Amino acid sequence: MGKEILGLNEVTVRFAGDSGDGMQLTGTQFTNTTALVGNDLSTLPDYPAEIRAPAGTTYGVSGFQLHFSNSDIQTPGDSPDVLVAMNPAALKVNLKDLKPGATIIANINSFDAKNLKLAGYENNPLEDDSLEGFEVVQVPLAKLTSTALEDSGLTAKEIARSKNFFALGLMYWLYSRPLEPTIEWIKGKFKDSPILASANEKALLAGYYYGDNTELFTVRYHVEPAKLPKGTYRNISGNEALAYGFITASVKTGLPLFLGSYPITPASDILHELSKHKNFGVRTFQAEDEIAAVSAAIGASFSGALAITTTSGPGVALKTEAIGLAVMTELPLIIIDVQRGGPSTGLPTKTEQSDLQQAIFGRNGEAPVVVIAASTPADCFYMAIEAARIATKYMVPVMLLSDGYIANGSEPWLIPEPESIPEINVKFRKEKEGFAPYLRDENFARPWAVPGTPGLEHRIGGLEKSNISGNVSYEPENHEFMVRLRAQKVKNIENDIPDLEVTGDQDSNILVVGWGGTYGSITEAVTRLRQKGIKIAQAHFKYLNPFPKNTGEVLKKYKRIICPELNMGQLARFLKSEFLIEVESFNKIQGIPFKTTEIENKIISVIGELI
Amino acid sequence: MGDNGIEVKEIKLTAKDFASDQDVRWCPGCGDYSILAQVQRSFPDMIGVKKENIVWISGIGCSSRFPYYMNTYGYHTIHGRAPAIATGVKVARPELSVWVAAGDGDLLSIGGNHFIHACRKNIDLKILLFNNRIYGLTKGQYSPTSEKGKKTKTSPYGSVDNPFNPSALALGAGATFVGRALDGDAKHLQAMIKRVAEHKGAAFLEIFQNCVIYNDGAFDKLTDKKTRDDNVLYLEHGKPMIFGINKDKGIVLTNGKPEVVEIGEGKHRIEDIVVHDEHDESFLIATMLAHMTDNPNMPTPVGVFRQINMPTLDGEIEDQVAQVKKMKGEGDLEKVLFNGNTWSVN
Repeated sequence: MGKEILGLNEVTVRFAGDSGDGMQLTGTQFTNTTALVGNDLSTLPDYPAEIRAPAGTTYGVSGFQLHFSNSDIQTPGDSPDVLVAMNPAALKVNLKDLKPGATIIANINSFDAKNLKLAGYENNPLEDDSLEGFEVVQVPLAKLTSTALEDSGLTAKEIARSKNFFALGLMYWLYSRPLEPTIEWIKGKFKDSPILASANEKALLAGYYYGDNTELFTVRYHVEPAKLPKGTYRNISGNEALAYGFITASVKTGLPLFLGSYPITPASDILHELSKHKNFGVRTFQAEDEIAAVSAAIGASFSGALAITTTSGPGVALKTEAIGLAVMTELPLIIIDVQRGGPSTGLPTKTEQSDLQQAIFGRNGEAPVVVIAASTPADCFYMAIEAARIATKYMVPVMLLSDGYIANGSEPWLIPEPESIPEINVKFRKEKEGFAPYLRDENFARPWAVPGTPGLEHRIGGLEKSNISGNVSYEPENHEFMVRLRAQKVKNIENDIPDLEVTGDQDSNILVVGWGGTYGSITEAVTRLRQKGIKIAQAHFKYLNPFPKNTGEVLKKYKRIICPELNMGQLARFLKSEFLIEVESFNKIQGIPFKTTEIENKIISVIGELI
Repeated sequence: MGDNGIEVKEIKLTAKDFASDQDVRWCPGCGDYSILAQVQRSFPDMIGVKKENIVWISGIGCSSRFPYYMNTYGYHTIHGRAPAIATGVKVARPELSVWVAAGDGDLLSIGGNHFIHACRKNIDLKILLFNNRIYGLTKGQYSPTSEKGKKTKTSPYGSVDNPFNPSALALGAGATFVGRALDGDAKHLQAMIKRVAEHKGAAFLEIFQNCVIYNDGAFDKLTDKKTRDDNVLYLEHGKPMIFGINKDKGIVLTNGKPEVVEIGEGKHRIEDIVVHDEHDESFLIATMLAHMTDNPNMPTPVGVFRQINMPTLDGEIEDQVAQVKKMKGEGDLEKVLFNGNTWSVN
């Protein structure tokens, strides 16, 4: 009504408040609505490891960042254009990330002496000049919510919990988003408590109308739908995509899915999601510990299931010995490592890429496994299927790497038609004639002869095996032969995976290589520089062991290779030792993803040296 | 019925059918030989279980070589993890008969966690503990069942550890079948193996097994012809707990505590003796019996301490899968992938 609507190409917003303020929920609702209006988007939830850290403290701040646009985007945005700060601590923690001139919507009711002190402010930043250069909108969020819900029949405490819906309503108004999807969601979520449902809806509407009526906002904004490829979309997080990918792999292999898992951040959501889909014959086993989780999966694999185990770095450390057993007994097993900051307990809720070496080398003995990595939330779906294809075709353990960022982050996903996904042909050995447990097919895979098959009774185990017969063997020559055979079996998979693809300017002097969840930041940085006319080539590894066959050939074409990683340079070290080339590591180890500008600046500095 | 519809008579298997082609490599005189022989002799009597549906899982230790010697499906895995791996086998394929062979170090030390949770969850596993109270394969260190004060390579001045009582532990952890047997009593051991085979749920059989090299004679008192009758109490369901070469000793409960009394004229009457009830819901008597062996003045009970029927984890998982299928219909990929908030770009 009356207020001017400005069109924008892209916006980055961040919701921040206490970990009990419902910021993840608010962010998720804003994301879903934004997806439904057709913007491209990318999200970055950022929450503390503590479930309910003391209210008002900086370490209890929970944030949710969302980048949305009318064109294709790859990252959750470097710096927010808008910060919704529910309390002083949220302002304090997030201020340094904001874009110059960003809008700060502050819940002034929480800027009282107590909360200011908890956040470590000596003076109220809303009253001194410390926020100069930002556009500060002071909204009595808590008070307006309680006024709106005066007659709701809720207690003051319950009313206070609805203020995130007020904030959400206000943001919907500001960015011209529809309210209906959230209203529908509220109705479903609170169907057992009509009072709460109606209060939250009221708070949402009150926030929306407040935007319309207050003098504080003179304009509102609009972001046109993005021009994405045709089809049906949904918003999806990496962990959801992994779960759907494995259900799909189960259907496509015709094997029942077995998940052995022990809850661990940030991987638990995969277990949560798969537990819902028992009608696909999915068997989820919440084990007594990480070792039991992988062991049960190995047992399930031995008896013919599509067996997976989901965890994070510390869990992989515990599963190490059992993974070696799967290597020795040549069983298909999929280990999902949703990486987080390490070592030890490290930063459970923060992202990192520091388990690559653990994945490739982290076992006793010569114990090669296939290592692949997903690069975006939606890519997790396809990599799950790929892991199942490789594991069952080659009778080999596959480690699939994800990370906290793509696991919890989300993006729109063009949903594939199930028929368009190829079948995965799995054959159990049935014929008694000529059977031996360690016979080899053309891929060096041994037969999968599952219990219950008459006449194929056999024994396998962790002691070195004689090739073909599978009997225990201590023969020196046999051991060397088997070590080499297991390595060659994995190496040969390079013939069965796509080549390393180079995008951008093939004739550039510079190649930027990455792997896993840094795909978005690197791609956006390269795209921006190319738009400025700078020639850059990019390659992103999805297969890390074995590498794609053409890797050496690709790498040797470029004068400078830059490798941004959220670790101390694990891929770089691996590339250097494998291909005897120079690789320039660019590292960030802060538990947060790269900003696009950080990578841009790095590339520019390298170009500077080349001139 | 054969594939062609003609009635085919099941061929009765013999002990030999369960022996693999591998040479048995335990030390001569090892108690494991007897256990292997009793298993192979009892298995042909397992009603309705086909050989191809039997799986043996083991961890690490002398006894964990067991699967190599059985002509069934077998998996010799890693130290302590046999119950966890067996759980995966059973949950994935509930129709299989899944057996675990484990030593005291394997099952109770490095694998203790998996063991108690397998018992607690009542997974339909048959767990045979080869309890020789010593680490044999690593050449003679004390184990979690070694008696306190035992002198071994790692305890030259005597072990300062308190031992586990494995049967009591299994009872406490919730196993629905708990029994004990002796490697030296072939007939009784066979009977116990058959009982384990019949049980549906977490079944635990503790077998006192002699290690001829590192702990020889540990159970002589219970297996030697001269001493065994006065030291072993054979538990039988519904029967009074009597023992002794002349069957003249029995167990009574005085103020809740077990006591050995003599039976006969002027002494106790047979009616005074506690009657064994395997199916007692309470853990009290069963636990008391399991612990009795810790007291040098009491006999060592063998037989079934407790056997009750409860839903199994694998059964519950199967039921839930069936229920969810009924509730939501068979899984449909299209429905799952396109579920929730979707939008179309044209």
